[in-house]
Amino acid sequence: MMEPGLYHLLVIGALLFFTGIYGFFTRRNMISMLMSIELMLNSVNINFIAFNKYLWPDTLGGTFFTVFVIAIAAAEAAVALAIIINLYRSHQSINVEVAEEMKY
Amino acid sequence: MFYLLGLLTVFSALLSVSSRNIFRSAIYLLFSLIGIAGLYFWLDYQFIAAVQIVVYVGGIAVLIIFSIFLTQQSGEKLPPVPGGRILFSALAAAAGIALVLSLMIRYGFASVAEKSSPTAAQIGEKMLDLNGYALPFELVSMLLLAAMIGCIVIALKKTETK
Repeated sequence: MMEPGLYHLLVIGALLFFTGIYGFFTRRNMISMLMSIELMLNSVNINFIAFNKYLWPDTLGGTFFTVFVIAIAAAEAAVALAIIINLYRSHQSINVEVAEEMKY
Repeated sequence: MFYLLGLLTVFSALLSVSSRNIFRSAIYLLFSLIGIAGLYFWLDYQFIAAVQIVVYVGGIAVLIIFSIFLTQQSGEKLPPVPGGRILFSALAAAAGIALVLSLMIRYGFASVAEKSSPTAAQIGEKMLDLNGYALPFELVSMLLLAAMIGCIVIALKKTETK
């Protein structure tokens, strides 16, 4: 085994991102889809931090992007879960195929 | 240590997207997020790791678990996914991984030898620096305020119509 470096982190980021993609495609439950989106956002954060550490260690760009992505993900999760709970109250289900009033 | 954390992260993520019990899936997501925080600690980014634990593990995961309790009958399993959808999703994901890995290997990043990681004091100074990240910082605070008000409005709608 060699010393873990930039490529190892990028591979973990890619695996996590496409795990999230797979979950997003297969699941039809809104909370599960939200969890897949969280996985994808986290993989992007790993990439930002890896690039910041191994390619531009004297700047703070990646660190700040990660902090802002985490803040925006928190806001997004809160609003999405509020919408999902409201949808559950009116439809008794959180399957994406049940919520189709705004289709067509 | 790195390989342990990476394995924990990726395997929990895989279990999280494939488990048919949604509560278990949320718990696996929690482990995956903890693994990512561990990776940040391994990289010596203590501030980001702390933010990750506080916001994701302490906030978002608990929020998700509570909304599972609110919207899911306990013990009920998710309906099985049709085989065709699994096949094509797995194919899409595998193709994406292959594309990304081949691009990454061919690009050949030049790693810098000197590796320092920012301290919390440096991050704080840069965040309030007018030539640094003061504007995005203020914008994010406005976004969080808007999201908070939005959540309250969405939650209130039902009681007003009663």
